[in-house]
Amino acid sequence: MKQKARIMDKVALQKTLKRLALQIVEKNKGTRDLALIGIMNRGIYLARRIAKLIAEREGFEPPVGAIDITLYRDDLSMIAEQPVVGRTEINFDITSKKVILVDDVLYTGRTIRSALTELIDFGRPQFIQLAVLIDRGFRELPIRADFVGKNIPTSKKEAIEVRLTESDGVDEVAIMEKDNG
Amino acid sequence: MANWKRKHLLGISELAREEIEFILNTTTSFKEVLGREVKKVPTLRGKTVVNLFYEPSTRTRISFEVAAKRLSADVINIEAETSSVRKGETLFDTGKNIEALKADIIIVRHNCSGAAEMLARHVNISVINAGDGWHEHPTQALLDIFTLREKFGRIDGLNVSIVGDIAHSRVARSNIWGLSKLGAKVTVCAPKMLIPVAIEQMGVSRITDNIDEALKDADAVNVLRMQFERDEARAFPAQLEYFKTFGITDERLEKVKKNIMVMHPGPINRGTEISSEVADGANSVILEQVTNGIAVRMAVLFLVSQGAKKVKT
Repeated sequence: MKQKARIMDKVALQKTLKRLALQIVEKNKGTRDLALIGIMNRGIYLARRIAKLIAEREGFEPPVGAIDITLYRDDLSMIAEQPVVGRTEINFDITSKKVILVDDVLYTGRTIRSALTELIDFGRPQFIQLAVLIDRGFRELPIRADFVGKNIPTSKKEAIEVRLTESDGVDEVAIMEKDNG
Repeated sequence: MANWKRKHLLGISELAREEIEFILNTTTSFKEVLGREVKKVPTLRGKTVVNLFYEPSTRTRISFEVAAKRLSADVINIEAETSSVRKGETLFDTGKNIEALKADIIIVRHNCSGAAEMLARHVNISVINAGDGWHEHPTQALLDIFTLREKFGRIDGLNVSIVGDIAHSRVARSNIWGLSKLGAKVTVCAPKMLIPVAIEQMGVSRITDNIDEALKDADAVNVLRMQFERDEARAFPAQLEYFKTFGITDERLEKVKKNIMVMHPGPINRGTEISSEVADGANSVILEQVTNGIAVRMAVLFLVSQGAKKVKT
Protein backbone atom coordinates (compact mmCIF):
# COMPACT_ATOMS: atom_id res chain seq x y z
CA MET A 1 0.00 0.00 0.00
CA LYS A 2 1.26 3.45 -0.82
CA GLN A 3 0.31 6.76 0.66
CA LYS A 4 -2.04 8.85 -1.44
CA ALA A 5 -2.51 11.88 0.73
CA ARG A 6 -1.96 13.14 4.24
CA ILE A 7 -5.25 14.50 5.49
CA MET A 8 -4.38 15.50 9.03
CA ASP A 9 -1.15 16.61 10.65
CA LYS A 10 -0.30 16.95 14.33
CA VAL A 11 -1.94 20.37 14.66
CA ALA A 12 -5.12 19.38 12.85
CA LEU A 13 -5.38 16.19 14.91
CA GLN A 14 -4.99 18.10 18.16
CA LYS A 15 -7.63 20.64 17.11
CA THR A 16 -10.02 17.88 16.13
CA LEU A 17 -9.61 16.07 19.44
CA LYS A 18 -10.20 19.34 21.32
CA ARG A 19 -13.41 19.85 19.38
CA LEU A 20 -14.53 16.27 20.08
CA ALA A 21 -13.83 16.75 23.80
CA LEU A 22 -15.86 19.96 23.80
CA GLN A 23 -18.77 18.39 21.91
CA ILE A 24 -18.87 15.41 24.27
CA VAL A 25 -19.10 17.69 27.31
CA GLU A 26 -21.67 19.97 25.66
CA LYS A 27 -23.97 17.22 24.50
CA ASN A 28 -23.87 15.54 27.90
CA LYS A 29 -24.25 18.84 29.78
CA GLY A 30 -21.06 18.38 31.78
CA THR A 31 -18.90 15.51 32.93
CA ARG A 32 -21.21 13.86 35.43
CA ASP A 33 -21.17 10.03 35.07
CA LEU A 34 -19.04 10.33 31.95
CA ALA A 35 -16.67 7.45 31.09
CA LEU A 36 -14.62 6.78 27.98
CA ILE A 37 -13.93 3.33 26.53
CA GLY A 38 -11.36 3.09 23.75
CA ILE A 39 -11.31 0.23 21.27
CA MET A 40 -7.94 -1.54 20.89
CA ASN A 41 -5.46 -0.23 19.94
CA ARG A 42 -5.60 3.35 18.73
CA GLY A 43 -9.06 4.02 20.13
CA ILE A 44 -7.54 3.67 23.60
CA TYR A 45 -4.88 6.31 22.95
CA LEU A 46 -7.54 8.63 21.53
CA ALA A 47 -9.83 8.02 24.52
CA ARG A 48 -6.98 8.85 26.93
CA ARG A 49 -6.20 12.06 25.06
CA ILE A 50 -9.83 13.14 24.97
CA ALA A 51 -10.12 12.43 28.71
CA LYS A 52 -7.08 14.66 29.34
CA LEU A 53 -8.57 17.43 27.18
CA ILE A 54 -11.86 17.19 29.08
CA ALA A 55 -9.90 17.41 32.34
CA GLU A 56 -8.11 20.57 31.15
CA ARG A 57 -11.43 22.28 30.45
CA GLU A 58 -13.63 20.89 33.17
CA GLY A 59 -11.23 19.97 35.95
CA PHE A 60 -12.52 16.42 36.03
CA GLU A 61 -10.95 13.53 34.16
CA PRO A 62 -13.46 10.85 33.24
CA PRO A 63 -12.31 7.26 33.77
CA VAL A 64 -10.92 5.52 30.68
CA GLY A 65 -11.27 1.83 29.88
CA ALA A 66 -9.95 -0.34 27.07
CA ILE A 67 -11.86 -2.89 25.09
CA ASP A 68 -10.51 -5.62 22.80
CA ILE A 69 -13.24 -7.02 20.61
CA THR A 70 -11.42 -10.05 19.14
CA LEU A 71 -13.49 -12.58 21.08
CA TYR A 72 -16.71 -10.91 19.93
CA ARG A 73 -15.86 -10.58 16.24
CA ASP A 74 -18.46 -11.85 13.79
CA ASP A 75 -15.88 -12.77 11.15
CA LEU A 76 -13.64 -15.12 13.15
CA SER A 77 -14.60 -17.99 10.88
CA MET A 78 -13.78 -15.96 7.76
CA ILE A 79 -10.59 -14.06 8.39
CA ALA A 80 -7.42 -15.66 7.11
CA GLU A 81 -4.86 -14.30 9.52
CA GLN A 82 -4.57 -15.35 13.15
CA PRO A 83 -5.95 -12.56 15.31
CA VAL A 84 -4.00 -11.68 18.42
CA VAL A 85 -6.32 -11.58 21.40
CA GLY A 86 -5.70 -8.38 23.32
CA ARG A 87 -6.84 -7.46 26.80
CA THR A 88 -9.99 -5.70 27.83
CA GLU A 89 -9.39 -3.52 30.87
CA ILE A 90 -12.33 -1.72 32.37
CA ASN A 91 -11.44 -1.00 35.98
CA PHE A 92 -14.70 0.70 36.91
CA ASP A 93 -18.36 -0.27 36.92
CA ILE A 94 -19.99 0.96 33.74
CA THR A 95 -23.50 0.50 35.12
CA SER A 96 -25.38 3.85 35.07
CA LYS A 97 -22.41 5.55 33.38
CA LYS A 98 -22.66 7.68 30.25
CA VAL A 99 -20.23 5.68 28.17
CA ILE A 100 -18.46 7.24 25.19
CA LEU A 101 -17.05 4.53 22.96
CA VAL A 102 -13.98 5.83 21.11
CA ASP A 103 -12.38 4.45 17.94
CA ASP A 104 -10.06 5.83 15.29
CA VAL A 105 -11.90 4.93 12.07
CA LEU A 106 -15.58 4.12 11.53
CA TYR A 107 -16.03 1.92 8.45
CA THR A 108 -18.40 -1.09 8.22
CA GLY A 109 -19.68 -0.67 11.78
CA ARG A 110 -18.97 -4.30 12.64
CA THR A 111 -16.25 -3.48 15.18
CA ILE A 112 -18.71 -1.16 16.92
CA ARG A 113 -21.41 -3.85 16.90
CA SER A 114 -18.95 -6.26 18.59
CA ALA A 115 -17.87 -3.61 21.08
CA LEU A 116 -21.49 -2.87 22.03
CA THR A 117 -22.21 -6.56 22.66
CA GLU A 118 -19.07 -6.90 24.76
CA LEU A 119 -19.69 -3.68 26.72
CA ILE A 120 -23.17 -4.78 27.69
CA ASP A 121 -21.67 -7.94 29.20
CA PHE A 122 -19.83 -5.64 31.61
CA GLY A 123 -22.92 -3.85 32.89
CA ARG A 124 -25.80 -1.60 31.94
CA PRO A 125 -24.70 1.92 31.10
CA GLN A 126 -27.18 4.83 31.09
CA PHE A 127 -26.39 5.08 27.40
CA ILE A 128 -23.54 4.55 24.97
CA GLN A 129 -22.45 7.19 22.49
CA LEU A 130 -19.87 6.78 19.76
CA ALA A 131 -16.97 9.11 19.02
CA VAL A 132 -14.66 8.49 16.06
CA LEU A 133 -11.77 10.43 14.64
CA ILE A 134 -12.56 9.53 11.03
CA ASP A 135 -15.79 8.37 9.41
CA ARG A 136 -14.97 6.90 5.99
CA GLY A 137 -18.43 5.58 5.08
CA PHE A 138 -19.42 2.12 3.70
CA ARG A 139 -21.50 1.05 6.67
CA GLU A 140 -22.74 -2.55 6.64
CA LEU A 141 -24.86 -2.16 9.77
CA PRO A 142 -27.29 0.52 10.99
CA ILE A 143 -24.68 2.29 13.13
CA ARG A 144 -23.74 5.96 13.22
CA ALA A 145 -21.35 8.05 15.29
CA ASP A 146 -22.52 10.75 17.72
CA PHE A 147 -19.22 12.61 17.38
CA VAL A 148 -17.14 12.64 14.20
CA GLY A 149 -13.71 14.28 13.94
CA LYS A 150 -13.73 14.34 10.16
CA ASN A 151 -15.80 12.76 7.40
CA ILE A 152 -13.60 11.43 4.64
CA PRO A 153 -15.25 9.93 1.55
CA THR A 154 -13.09 7.01 0.40
CA SER A 155 -13.24 4.20 -2.10
CA LYS A 156 -13.05 0.57 -1.00
CA LYS A 157 -9.61 0.30 -2.60
CA GLU A 158 -8.34 2.84 -0.14
CA ALA A 159 -7.53 2.57 3.54
CA ILE A 160 -7.31 5.18 6.25
CA GLU A 161 -4.28 5.05 8.51
CA VAL A 162 -4.41 6.89 11.78
CA ARG A 163 -0.89 7.20 13.20
CA LEU A 164 -0.44 8.23 16.80
CA THR A 165 2.67 9.06 18.78
CA GLU A 166 1.86 6.31 21.30
CA SER A 167 1.95 3.54 18.70
CA ASP A 168 3.53 4.98 15.57
CA GLY A 169 5.81 7.76 16.78
CA VAL A 170 3.94 10.44 14.86
CA ASP A 171 0.54 12.18 14.91
CA GLU A 172 -1.09 12.14 11.48
CA VAL A 173 -3.86 10.65 9.35
CA ALA A 174 -3.25 9.43 5.80
CA ILE A 175 -5.20 7.88 2.93
CA MET A 176 -3.47 4.81 1.57
CA GLU A 177 -4.09 3.14 -1.76
CA LYS A 178 -3.83 -0.59 -2.36
CA ASP A 179 -1.12 -1.35 -4.92
CA ASN A 180 -3.13 -3.58 -7.22
CA GLY A 181 -6.64 -3.02 -6.06
CA MET B 1 -0.47 -10.99 13.23
CA ALA B 2 0.84 -14.16 14.65
CA ASN B 3 1.91 -17.22 12.83
CA TRP B 4 -0.31 -19.86 14.44
CA LYS B 5 -1.21 -22.57 11.95
CA ARG B 6 -2.00 -25.61 14.02
CA LYS B 7 -5.32 -27.34 13.86
CA HIS B 8 -4.42 -29.81 16.62
CA LEU B 9 -2.56 -29.65 19.88
CA LEU B 10 -0.97 -33.07 20.30
CA GLY B 11 2.10 -32.36 22.37
CA ILE B 12 4.66 -29.84 23.52
CA SER B 13 7.57 -31.62 21.84
CA GLU B 14 6.41 -30.54 18.38
CA LEU B 15 5.97 -26.87 19.31
CA ALA B 16 8.55 -24.18 18.67
CA ARG B 17 9.47 -21.80 21.44
CA GLU B 18 7.56 -18.99 19.68
CA GLU B 19 4.41 -21.10 19.51
CA ILE B 20 4.56 -21.86 23.23
CA GLU B 21 5.06 -18.18 23.96
CA PHE B 22 2.15 -17.27 21.71
CA ILE B 23 -0.15 -19.66 23.60
CA LEU B 24 1.03 -18.18 26.91
CA ASN B 25 0.39 -14.62 25.70
CA THR B 26 -3.06 -15.58 24.45
CA THR B 27 -3.73 -17.20 27.84
CA THR B 28 -3.06 -13.87 29.58
CA SER B 29 -5.90 -12.33 27.58
CA PHE B 30 -8.27 -15.16 28.40
CA LYS B 31 -7.43 -14.98 32.09
CA GLU B 32 -8.88 -11.48 32.10
CA VAL B 33 -12.21 -12.91 30.87
CA LEU B 34 -12.32 -15.15 33.99
CA GLY B 35 -12.34 -12.04 36.19
CA ARG B 36 -15.38 -10.53 34.50
CA GLU B 37 -18.91 -10.41 35.84
CA VAL B 38 -20.10 -12.26 32.73
CA LYS B 39 -17.42 -14.93 32.37
CA LYS B 40 -18.49 -15.91 28.90
CA VAL B 41 -17.58 -14.68 25.43
CA PRO B 42 -19.31 -15.65 22.17
CA THR B 43 -16.12 -16.72 20.39
CA LEU B 44 -16.96 -20.40 19.77
CA ARG B 45 -20.72 -20.00 19.52
CA GLY B 46 -22.17 -22.72 17.34
CA LYS B 47 -19.15 -25.00 17.74
CA THR B 48 -19.34 -28.40 19.39
CA VAL B 49 -16.58 -29.73 21.60
CA VAL B 50 -16.45 -33.40 22.57
CA ASN B 51 -14.60 -34.59 25.66
CA LEU B 52 -13.62 -38.18 24.88
CA PHE B 53 -12.12 -39.68 28.01
CA TYR B 54 -10.84 -43.24 28.22
CA GLU B 55 -9.34 -42.67 31.66
CA PRO B 56 -10.89 -41.26 34.80
CA SER B 57 -10.33 -37.54 35.20
CA THR B 58 -12.08 -34.81 37.13
CA ARG B 59 -9.81 -31.83 36.91
CA THR B 60 -8.83 -31.93 33.27
CA ARG B 61 -12.25 -32.88 31.92
CA ILE B 62 -14.08 -30.27 33.96
CA SER B 63 -11.45 -27.69 33.15
CA PHE B 64 -11.90 -28.31 29.42
CA GLU B 65 -15.66 -28.29 29.84
CA VAL B 66 -15.63 -24.98 31.70
CA ALA B 67 -13.20 -23.50 29.18
CA ALA B 68 -15.36 -24.54 26.22
CA LYS B 69 -18.52 -23.23 27.89
CA ARG B 70 -16.90 -19.89 28.66
CA LEU B 71 -16.27 -19.63 24.93
CA SER B 72 -19.96 -20.43 24.26
CA ALA B 73 -19.28 -23.81 22.64
CA ASP B 74 -21.58 -26.77 23.23
CA VAL B 75 -19.91 -29.58 25.15
CA ILE B 76 -20.56 -33.30 25.02
CA ASN B 77 -18.84 -35.64 27.47
CA ILE B 78 -18.14 -39.22 26.51
CA GLU B 79 -16.65 -41.49 29.11
CA ALA B 80 -15.39 -44.82 27.87
CA GLU B 81 -16.86 -46.60 30.88
CA THR B 82 -20.41 -45.73 29.93
CA SER B 83 -20.19 -45.62 26.15
CA SER B 84 -20.05 -47.97 23.16
CA VAL B 85 -16.36 -48.40 23.84
CA ARG B 86 -17.50 -51.09 26.26
CA LYS B 87 -19.18 -52.81 23.34
CA GLY B 88 -15.85 -53.02 21.57
CA GLU B 89 -15.84 -49.88 19.44
CA THR B 90 -12.33 -48.76 18.56
CA LEU B 91 -10.92 -45.26 19.09
CA PHE B 92 -10.82 -44.92 15.30
CA ASP B 93 -14.54 -45.69 14.91
CA THR B 94 -15.58 -43.58 17.88
CA GLY B 95 -13.60 -40.68 16.38
CA LYS B 96 -15.21 -41.13 12.96
CA ASN B 97 -18.65 -41.15 14.57
CA ILE B 98 -17.94 -37.98 16.52
CA GLU B 99 -16.85 -36.37 13.27
CA ALA B 100 -20.07 -37.54 11.60
CA LEU B 101 -22.01 -35.86 14.39
CA LYS B 102 -20.49 -32.61 13.07
CA ALA B 103 -18.47 -31.86 16.16
CA ASP B 104 -15.61 -29.39 15.68
CA ILE B 105 -13.06 -30.34 18.32
CA ILE B 106 -12.29 -33.65 20.06
CA ILE B 107 -10.46 -33.53 23.37
CA VAL B 108 -9.08 -36.98 23.97
CA ARG B 109 -7.54 -38.71 26.94
CA HIS B 110 -6.34 -42.24 26.43
CA ASN B 111 -4.15 -44.72 28.24
CA CYS B 112 -2.15 -45.45 25.08
CA SER B 113 0.72 -43.17 24.13
CA GLY B 114 0.12 -41.79 20.64
CA ALA B 115 -3.70 -42.11 20.79
CA ALA B 116 -4.32 -38.41 20.12
CA GLU B 117 -1.93 -38.39 17.20
CA MET B 118 -3.56 -41.47 15.69
CA LEU B 119 -6.97 -39.86 16.01
CA ALA B 120 -5.72 -36.63 14.45
CA ARG B 121 -4.48 -38.55 11.42
CA HIS B 122 -7.90 -40.06 10.78
CA VAL B 123 -10.39 -37.29 11.43
CA ASN B 124 -10.70 -33.92 9.73
CA ILE B 125 -11.68 -32.04 12.87
CA SER B 126 -9.37 -30.62 15.55
CA VAL B 127 -7.87 -32.91 18.18
CA ILE B 128 -6.52 -31.77 21.52
CA ASN B 129 -4.47 -34.20 23.58
CA ALA B 130 -5.68 -34.27 27.19
CA GLY B 131 -3.13 -36.92 28.11
CA ASP B 132 -1.97 -40.00 26.20
CA GLY B 133 -0.40 -42.81 28.20
CA TRP B 134 3.01 -41.85 29.53
CA HIS B 135 3.64 -39.60 26.57
CA GLU B 136 2.27 -36.04 26.79
CA HIS B 137 -0.21 -33.84 28.62
CA PRO B 138 0.38 -30.56 26.81
CA THR B 139 -2.26 -28.36 28.45
CA GLN B 140 -1.02 -29.34 31.92
CA ALA B 141 2.53 -28.32 31.00
CA LEU B 142 1.25 -25.08 29.48
CA LEU B 143 -0.67 -24.18 32.63
CA ASP B 144 2.34 -25.05 34.80
CA ILE B 145 4.59 -22.88 32.66
CA PHE B 146 1.99 -20.10 32.57
CA THR B 147 1.79 -20.15 36.39
CA LEU B 148 5.59 -19.98 36.61
CA ARG B 149 5.79 -17.12 34.14
CA GLU B 150 3.05 -15.22 35.92
CA LYS B 151 4.94 -15.42 39.22
CA PHE B 152 8.52 -14.95 38.05
CA GLY B 153 7.91 -12.87 34.93
CA ARG B 154 10.12 -15.18 32.88
CA ILE B 155 11.06 -18.83 32.34
CA ASP B 156 14.56 -18.29 31.01
CA GLY B 157 17.14 -19.20 33.65
CA LEU B 158 14.67 -20.56 36.23
CA ASN B 159 15.57 -23.72 38.11
CA VAL B 160 12.60 -26.05 38.08
CA SER B 161 12.67 -29.42 39.79
CA ILE B 162 10.20 -32.13 38.97
CA VAL B 163 9.86 -34.67 41.74
CA GLY B 164 8.10 -37.99 41.65
CA ASP B 165 7.21 -40.77 39.30
CA ILE B 166 8.97 -39.43 36.21
CA ALA B 167 8.85 -42.76 34.41
CA HIS B 168 5.07 -42.98 34.26
CA SER B 169 4.39 -39.26 33.98
CA ARG B 170 3.18 -37.52 30.84
CA VAL B 171 3.05 -34.32 32.90
CA ALA B 172 6.78 -34.63 33.50
CA ARG B 173 7.55 -35.22 29.82
CA SER B 174 5.48 -32.30 28.57
CA ASN B 175 6.95 -30.04 31.24
CA ILE B 176 10.53 -31.05 30.48
CA TRP B 177 10.05 -30.34 26.77
CA GLY B 178 8.31 -27.03 27.36
CA LEU B 179 10.55 -25.71 30.12
CA SER B 180 13.78 -26.59 28.36
CA LYS B 181 12.59 -24.95 25.14
CA LEU B 182 11.92 -21.76 27.08
CA GLY B 183 15.36 -21.81 28.70
CA ALA B 184 14.65 -23.17 32.19
CA LYS B 185 17.06 -25.60 33.87
CA VAL B 186 15.13 -28.73 34.70
CA THR B 187 16.05 -31.18 37.45
CA VAL B 188 14.25 -34.47 37.78
CA CYS B 189 14.22 -36.26 41.10
CA ALA B 190 12.86 -39.73 41.70
CA PRO B 191 13.79 -43.16 42.99
CA LYS B 192 16.28 -44.54 40.45
CA MET B 193 13.79 -47.10 39.14
CA LEU B 194 11.33 -44.34 38.26
CA ILE B 195 13.76 -42.40 36.09
CA PRO B 196 13.41 -43.49 32.48
CA VAL B 197 16.47 -44.25 30.42
CA ALA B 198 17.79 -41.58 28.06
CA ILE B 199 15.87 -38.85 29.87
CA GLU B 200 18.91 -36.56 29.64
CA GLN B 201 18.31 -36.40 25.88
CA MET B 202 15.02 -34.62 26.52
CA GLY B 203 16.81 -31.54 27.84
CA VAL B 204 17.04 -32.31 31.53
CA SER B 205 20.06 -30.66 33.14
CA ARG B 206 20.23 -32.69 36.35
CA ILE B 207 19.05 -36.10 37.48
CA THR B 208 19.10 -37.04 41.13
CA ASP B 209 17.51 -39.36 43.65
CA ASN B 210 18.25 -36.97 46.50
CA ILE B 211 15.37 -34.64 47.25
CA ASP B 212 17.47 -32.07 49.10
CA GLU B 213 19.81 -31.88 46.13
CA ALA B 214 16.81 -31.27 43.86
CA LEU B 215 15.41 -28.53 46.09
CA LYS B 216 18.57 -26.67 47.09
CA ASP B 217 18.68 -24.13 44.24
CA ALA B 218 15.14 -24.58 42.89
CA ASP B 219 12.91 -21.60 42.10
CA ALA B 220 10.00 -23.98 41.79
CA VAL B 221 9.24 -27.60 42.47
CA ASN B 222 6.60 -29.49 40.57
CA VAL B 223 5.47 -32.37 42.75
CA LEU B 224 3.99 -35.34 40.92
CA ARG B 225 1.54 -37.76 42.38
CA MET B 226 2.95 -41.21 43.06
CA GLN B 227 1.00 -43.37 40.68
CA PHE B 228 0.86 -46.47 42.81
CA GLU B 229 -1.92 -47.79 40.58
CA ARG B 230 0.49 -47.83 37.62
CA ASP B 231 3.51 -49.10 39.46
CA GLU B 232 3.43 -52.71 38.40
CA ALA B 233 7.13 -53.11 39.12
CA ARG B 234 6.55 -52.05 42.73
CA ALA B 235 9.44 -49.66 42.45
CA PHE B 236 8.54 -48.20 45.78
CA PRO B 237 7.18 -50.37 48.53
CA ALA B 238 5.31 -48.07 50.84
CA GLN B 239 3.65 -44.68 50.74
CA LEU B 240 5.09 -43.75 54.12
CA GLU B 241 8.58 -44.63 53.06
CA TYR B 242 8.16 -42.52 49.94
CA PHE B 243 7.02 -39.60 52.06
CA LYS B 244 10.09 -39.93 54.30
CA THR B 245 12.51 -40.02 51.37
CA PHE B 246 10.88 -37.73 48.79
CA GLY B 247 7.93 -35.97 50.44
CA ILE B 248 7.84 -32.17 50.28
CA THR B 249 7.59 -30.96 53.87
CA ASP B 250 8.02 -27.71 55.78
CA GLU B 251 11.31 -29.02 57.22
CA ARG B 252 12.72 -29.53 53.73
CA LEU B 253 11.50 -26.15 52.49
CA GLU B 254 13.11 -24.36 55.45
CA LYS B 255 16.53 -25.13 54.00
CA VAL B 256 15.87 -23.77 50.49
CA LYS B 257 14.90 -20.54 48.68
CA LYS B 258 12.28 -18.76 50.74
CA ASN B 259 9.91 -18.07 47.88
CA ILE B 260 10.20 -21.50 46.22
CA MET B 261 6.99 -22.13 44.33
CA VAL B 262 5.30 -25.46 45.02
CA MET B 263 3.23 -26.85 42.17
CA HIS B 264 1.22 -30.04 41.84
CA PRO B 265 -0.91 -31.16 38.89
CA GLY B 266 -3.38 -32.85 41.23
CA PRO B 267 -4.97 -34.89 42.58
CA ILE B 268 -2.72 -34.51 45.62
CA ASN B 269 -2.10 -37.31 48.08
CA ARG B 270 -1.48 -35.60 51.40
CA GLY B 271 1.21 -37.38 53.36
CA THR B 272 2.55 -39.29 50.37
CA GLU B 273 4.31 -36.83 48.04
CA ILE B 274 3.44 -33.62 49.88
CA SER B 275 2.55 -32.70 53.46
CA SER B 276 -0.71 -30.97 54.24
CA GLU B 277 1.17 -27.97 55.62
CA VAL B 278 3.00 -27.43 52.33
CA ALA B 279 -0.05 -28.12 50.16
CA ASP B 280 -2.03 -25.46 52.03
CA GLY B 281 0.95 -23.21 52.74
CA ALA B 282 2.12 -19.87 51.39
CA ASN B 283 4.41 -21.40 48.77
CA SER B 284 1.70 -23.53 47.22
CA VAL B 285 0.10 -22.40 43.96
CA ILE B 286 -1.87 -25.61 43.48
CA LEU B 287 -5.26 -23.92 43.28
CA GLU B 288 -3.98 -21.06 41.12
CA GLN B 289 -2.86 -23.76 38.71
CA VAL B 290 -6.45 -24.95 38.50
CA THR B 291 -7.68 -21.44 37.65
CA ASN B 292 -4.91 -20.91 35.13
CA GLY B 293 -5.81 -24.25 33.57
CA ILE B 294 -9.14 -22.83 32.41
CA ALA B 295 -7.47 -19.81 30.80
CA VAL B 296 -4.88 -22.02 29.08
CA ARG B 297 -7.56 -24.34 27.73
CA MET B 298 -9.65 -21.44 26.49
CA ALA B 299 -6.60 -20.18 24.63
CA VAL B 300 -5.89 -23.61 23.14
CA LEU B 301 -9.52 -24.19 22.09
CA PHE B 302 -9.57 -20.75 20.47
CA LEU B 303 -6.25 -21.24 18.67
CA VAL B 304 -6.95 -24.71 17.27
CA SER B 305 -10.37 -23.59 16.06
CA GLN B 306 -8.71 -20.70 14.25
CA GLY B 307 -5.98 -23.00 12.95
CA ALA B 308 -8.53 -25.51 11.65
CA LYS B 309 -10.05 -22.99 9.29
CA LYS B 310 -6.66 -22.14 7.84
CA VAL B 311 -5.76 -25.72 7.07
CA LYS B 312 -9.05 -26.15 5.21
CA THR B 313 -8.53 -23.26 2.81
